[in-house]
Amino acid sequence: MPALPLASAKRHTSKRVYPPKPAQVYLFGTCLADTLFPQSGLDAIELLERQGLEVLFPQGQSCCGQPAYNSGYEDEARVVARHQIKQFPLDIPIVVISGSCGGMLRHHYLDMLKHDNDLEVAAFCERIFEFTEFLTCVLEVKLQDQGAPERVALHTSCAARREMDVHITGKALLEQLGQVELVEHDYISECCGFGGTFAVKHGDISGAMVQDKVKHLLATDAVRYVSADWGCMMNINGALEYQQEAFRGEHIASYLLRRTRGDNA
Amino acid sequence: MNTRANTIATDGSKYEASARQFRGNVARDLANPQLRENFRGAMDYLTDKRRQAFPSEDELETLRRKCQLIKQRCLLKLPELLEQLESKLEQNGIQVHWAETTAEANTIIAELIQRKNGTKVVKGKSMVSEETALNDHLQAQGIECLETDMGEYIVQMAGEHPSHIIMPAIHQNKSQVADLFAHNIPGFDYTTDVDTLIRTGRQALRDKFCHADVGVTGVNFAVAETGTLCLVENEGNGRMVSTVPEMHIAITGIEKVVELLDDVPPLLSLLTRSATGQIISTYFNMITHPRREGEKDGPKEVHLVLLDNGRSQAFADEELRQTLQCIRCGACMNHCPVYTRIGGHAYGTVYPGPIGKIVSPHMLGLEATKDLPTASSLCGACGEVCPVKIPIPKILLRLRKESVKAKGEPLVVKGQGCNRKPLEAGIWKLWSRLNTSPVIYAIAMWLASRGRWLTPAKAGAWTRVRTLPKPARRPLRELVKQREQRREGQ
Ligand code: SF4
Repeated sequence: MPALPLASAKRHTSKRVYPPKPAQVYLFGTCLADTLFPQSGLDAIELLERQGLEVLFPQGQSCCGQPAYNSGYEDEARVVARHQIKQFPLDIPIVVISGSCGGMLRHHYLDMLKHDNDLEVAAFCERIFEFTEFLTCVLEVKLQDQGAPERVALHTSCAARREMDVHITGKALLEQLGQVELVEHDYISECCGFGGTFAVKHGDISGAMVQDKVKHLLATDAVRYVSADWGCMMNINGALEYQQEAFRGEHIASYLLRRTRGDNA
Repeated sequence: MNTRANTIATDGSKYEASARQFRGNVARDLANPQLRENFRGAMDYLTDKRRQAFPSEDELETLRRKCQLIKQRCLLKLPELLEQLESKLEQNGIQVHWAETTAEANTIIAELIQRKNGTKVVKGKSMVSEETALNDHLQAQGIECLETDMGEYIVQMAGEHPSHIIMPAIHQNKSQVADLFAHNIPGFDYTTDVDTLIRTGRQALRDKFCHADVGVTGVNFAVAETGTLCLVENEGNGRMVSTVPEMHIAITGIEKVVELLDDVPPLLSLLTRSATGQIISTYFNMITHPRREGEKDGPKEVHLVLLDNGRSQAFADEELRQTLQCIRCGACMNHCPVYTRIGGHAYGTVYPGPIGKIVSPHMLGLEATKDLPTASSLCGACGEVCPVKIPIPKILLRLRKESVKAKGEPLVVKGQGCNRKPLEAGIWKLWSRLNTSPVIYAIAMWLASRGRWLTPAKAGAWTRVRTLPKPARRPLRELVKQREQRREGQ
């Protein structure tokens, strides 16, 4: 088995055939980053531009539709899905800065819109890439770490792990950072308890889950954790702040940009 | 036949009431640190065992795919296979009884026992008999009914019901079991040594096997081709129960039929490895006929009760039918972060965990179980480990959809539409307008960012353990636009 992180990342996502590096990409900013955490979107754009890509951000985009879809309101989600598809007309990759929105756009759209024009929907879904997946498997980025030595933990969302099957790509990117030591927390593959409306509808259960996640992250000697999903991070960071802990999560786009700033790779 | 003459239901309907208590049960069990520790420890142990049993991911995937196809093929032919099974079994001398409801199943079994003037029943592990609340029913008729699987024995002694489909007493730790034995088994010399505890229980049971009139067991696979009932177990009690008493009654759900004897080995291999990490169970019983002339042992009569109890409702829908692929290995609950936190009793249903969430609505109706499909973060851990690849998260989504369906739609699941609230439906309509009208959306974003100081400090369940983030000063869309304009200006 190849020992190189990149090679093993490719092996793990080998179900998918990746296109060559394009000249242009779309960014799907996600409603969470748009409303609450825009810096990660800007940082993702900057990282992509540094790779020589032109990044297009359609102003008509909104939410992927997941909240309604996960609540059983499929008709309402479906019109939103059709709207999104129209916002990304060019045949270029659509990079999504969230594994869970990525899973929705790439997999659930296919199910939900199976009665629409199949080819158009399938082509759209085929153009969806999760951010770390795109950097690793399409761009094959080489990162030059400029930061001081530190330990970080990584939280991979369940959707990235199980729907997008890209849990290895975030890790592969962090492993490229020479001064960064990745530490594993206990129960690393366990859900943080977010689950969208689940966190509100079943607050007790979700609360028990996030408290455990926080406990396991704090038990490491990492100085922060990174993640490619704002849903999980809003949940985990919210619990950390509630517990008055200084430990926080940072979006992987911002983290990578910060660590490599100044290099022209 | 009215089996509900008593005020307490002695059939599966008793679970309707407990399933409705889900939220209260959850609050109660989350607040029990001992219980949570017991579950976490046991689930860690089981998930670890399973991991070790599948050293090759490729082999696991191939086998899962194979078993998924086997079960799908068998379900596709379910009506024919059930007929074939019935005629094969009858040829072999095993009598077949059909029960549509749990009450019917109980009545059939009670009548069979009474015909023999039986008063003492020993039971091997059977979740389907839990589904029918058979013990309650028989006891109400004056028939003693003793569980002989060690876990079931403990649960029965404690007056509880199983908290896990494979490990019924997993919610109890060894000192709790020792306390229970000390109260219930005369002459028990107090110890928390697990081997001694098991030996004590076995000794207490030994005598019961020999004096029982009837043995009741479940079935793991019923083979249509040969008319064979397969029973997977680890303690030998299943063999005792199905061979020592004069009459053996097996009860199972209609989905347990498989077409070919060749279908069994791969399913068995996945079942035991997924459940407990065992390469093979200690006992594997294949029952094909009652005692024949000249044979020295075995029951003189063997009966099979085939129970529907809502299964045909699941069968009727192509997507929901996949629920019936289940081989009851318990892996989905072992890996479930919700089950691990709340434990098996909180669900209030016979089958807890992810499988319980998708199968119980067919048994008890969606109205009684309406809190179950939403009690999931859709993390996908269950679907990832299910040996027959049931897309559990997808079925949960489907049940959510059924539960908010508008009135007047064709009936798919009994109780559909039970969670539909006009206010919530209206909110989603508005939400969908907002997300499809770029102008309104941009205005909403503008308002949210400029009114960020209006963000409340408290927001229901969310802020009970977390803080609520404020909208950013400027939304991403505006920042991107500014950035583009700056560039153009340069
Ligand atoms: S749903 Fe799958 S994992 Fe769960 S008990 Fe059934 S077979 Fe096992």
